[in-house]
Amino acid sequence: MKQAVVHVYRGGPLLALVGNPNCGKTALFNRLTGSHQKVANYAGVTVERKEGKLATPAGKNLRVLDLPGTYSLHPRSPDERVTCDVLSGHAEGEKRPDLVICVVDATNLRRNLRLVLAVKRLGLPCVVALNMTDLAAQSGIRVDGAALSAALGLPVVSTVAVNTDGAAALLTLLDRPDTWKRTAPIGDGASAADTIEADHEVVRRILQGLGLDKAIPHLASDRIDRVVLHPLAGPPLLAVILFLIFQAVFAWAETPMNWIEAATAWLGNGVSSLLPHGWLQSLVVDGVIAGAGGVIVFLPQIIILFFFILMLEESGYLPRAAFLLDRLMGGVGLSGRSFIPLLSSFACAIPGIMAARTITNTRDRLITIMIAPMMTCSARLPVYALLIGAFIPRREVWGLLELQGLVLFSLYIAGIVGALLVAWLLKRFTARKLMHPLMMELPIYHWPRLRNIAIGLWQRVMIFMKRVGGIILVLTVLLWFLASFPAAPAGATGAPIEYSFAGMLGHALAVVFEPIGFNWQISISLVPGLAAREVVVSALGTVYALSATGNDTAGALAPLIAHSWSLATALSLLAWFVFAPQCLATLATVKRETGGWTMPLIMAGYLFALAYLASFITYHVALAAGWG
Amino acid sequence: MTLTLDQLPDLQACTVTQIAPPANAPEWHEWLEEIGFLPGERVMVMTRAMPGGDPLVVRVGSSTFALRRVEAACVQVATEPGMAGEGTA
Repeated sequence: MKQAVVHVYRGGPLLALVGNPNCGKTALFNRLTGSHQKVANYAGVTVERKEGKLATPAGKNLRVLDLPGTYSLHPRSPDERVTCDVLSGHAEGEKRPDLVICVVDATNLRRNLRLVLAVKRLGLPCVVALNMTDLAAQSGIRVDGAALSAALGLPVVSTVAVNTDGAAALLTLLDRPDTWKRTAPIGDGASAADTIEADHEVVRRILQGLGLDKAIPHLASDRIDRVVLHPLAGPPLLAVILFLIFQAVFAWAETPMNWIEAATAWLGNGVSSLLPHGWLQSLVVDGVIAGAGGVIVFLPQIIILFFFILMLEESGYLPRAAFLLDRLMGGVGLSGRSFIPLLSSFACAIPGIMAARTITNTRDRLITIMIAPMMTCSARLPVYALLIGAFIPRREVWGLLELQGLVLFSLYIAGIVGALLVAWLLKRFTARKLMHPLMMELPIYHWPRLRNIAIGLWQRVMIFMKRVGGIILVLTVLLWFLASFPAAPAGATGAPIEYSFAGMLGHALAVVFEPIGFNWQISISLVPGLAAREVVVSALGTVYALSATGNDTAGALAPLIAHSWSLATALSLLAWFVFAPQCLATLATVKRETGGWTMPLIMAGYLFALAYLASFITYHVALAAGWG
Repeated sequence: MTLTLDQLPDLQACTVTQIAPPANAPEWHEWLEEIGFLPGERVMVMTRAMPGGDPLVVRVGSSTFALRRVEAACVQVATEPGMAGEGTA
């Protein structure tokens, strides 16, 4: 497996931010580094690596690593392992940090300070950033920084991640040479549990000395939770929020997507008139411009979905949603966190697969990614519309249902059932009796901060454009090449595509697809259809040598295929589209998100097998029913 | 019989006595302690998901965690006489 390239800023001492999850560490990181951030993966794992750079008042240039949040230095997830490995200097391709900033949630010192004690034992120079002091003050908690510093034997700076004051004090501290002094590591070989209990005792004494040994819950959060987590009111509220997100991704993105498609078409026409007719024009217009348009067209959905996800994440609602959905998803071995990625995949699998980043457990995340393409995405709709319109008669069933609508609905259901079945099978055969715990913190609520949302959105957009966009563009150009060369011989009677590499491939595939009822015309159109599922409609138009273009294709095509295909073939093709991995953009996204070609290849393989099986059964049942 | 966290009525404060993980997941002992379920800490069930009462929302110290019922069943607790209701001080 090829490892992800780690992008780093060169030179300068390395700082690492360490802290419990939900301690405001990433907000502080955003405050310290602003837009100077690089997002990649750690070598060999799918854990997000964020590095930034900053300059101290004295002009010292520093690199900052935002390590994954952890409750202790005894890792229980790949994320936490990265944090431990980097701090101990064992992480592959990572330098051991020169200084650690322990970010501590002032509202929860009891749990947070235990991690500080563990980090201090590593012997790395260490500074404590006492974060969220504003929220602590609201709850009546006032921490004496100087006294805490004396008790811990470490410098302590009060920070509020949203304000610049604390960050400035932190930067000033980094200019003092004694801040960077190393101490001897302390390792007494005690068992993990003993250390926790011993550290707990130390923390208890420190907090007693500071007069902070009372646990004060955040009352405003509790009031919100009384509604949000209410057994009866909570689930309907969640349903409304999820519906709004789904509606937004599905419907709001349509207008900007149409603009992008129109702009691509306009640019293509403009360039067509400038370049002489020939292969160069075809390459630029049908290859490059169409390919780039095919990348950018996903942006509205990605931006809208991640805007909502970041809002939910920042506010603290996301883990509550996961709590409410835990039981439902637990039935097939997934956790509540898989729900939003799967829901988004009904609009498009690409933002859905990217949204799987919010799933902390690696196995759950991988399974969610693997079943996401079975959710019926919007690109399948034009194909479904064509086939249903051509083959399924308009008539009422049982007085109130419409047959065409019923078929469309059952196609959606077939995808969901397929996905749940695969997840359930994976649970049965891969979980190995491994009990995967929930143990999920429900952090106190915050107002989402525009700055953090904007930085988060920008990073998602860049990840998609840079890492996924390139692959999609290259593959689109490759498909263009396959569909355009070699050119039709002089005096040829069929459509030019029939004589191209794609045509040859289609004719060869026709042998494979013959048992499921596909003729060679369908087989050929499946090749350019790899660019995106809806392209199959225009590709069929090309194969049948229709002169109509764009939206008229389906209208002209429907009577033609209704006449020349059997109903069994049409039903088989519908079944094929429920499962088939016919979207290179999705596979490219999976490659990027899992850090190698293994998962996309497995995905393509199993979905292909599933689609073939479903089509085979459908075709032969239909033949037996006399619809051949 | 030992009282465990999942058996408590909602909003009844109690104290952790020890963590008893299931035999096939001994690491839960450490994990539960790391997130704050340590002997002597005050805990209470805030609410439960419907239907089925699983998972649970649990207050430990000043933080809130969602635990499945099997996880909460690892936390052995003792109720304190004269201490009921919302007092988590």
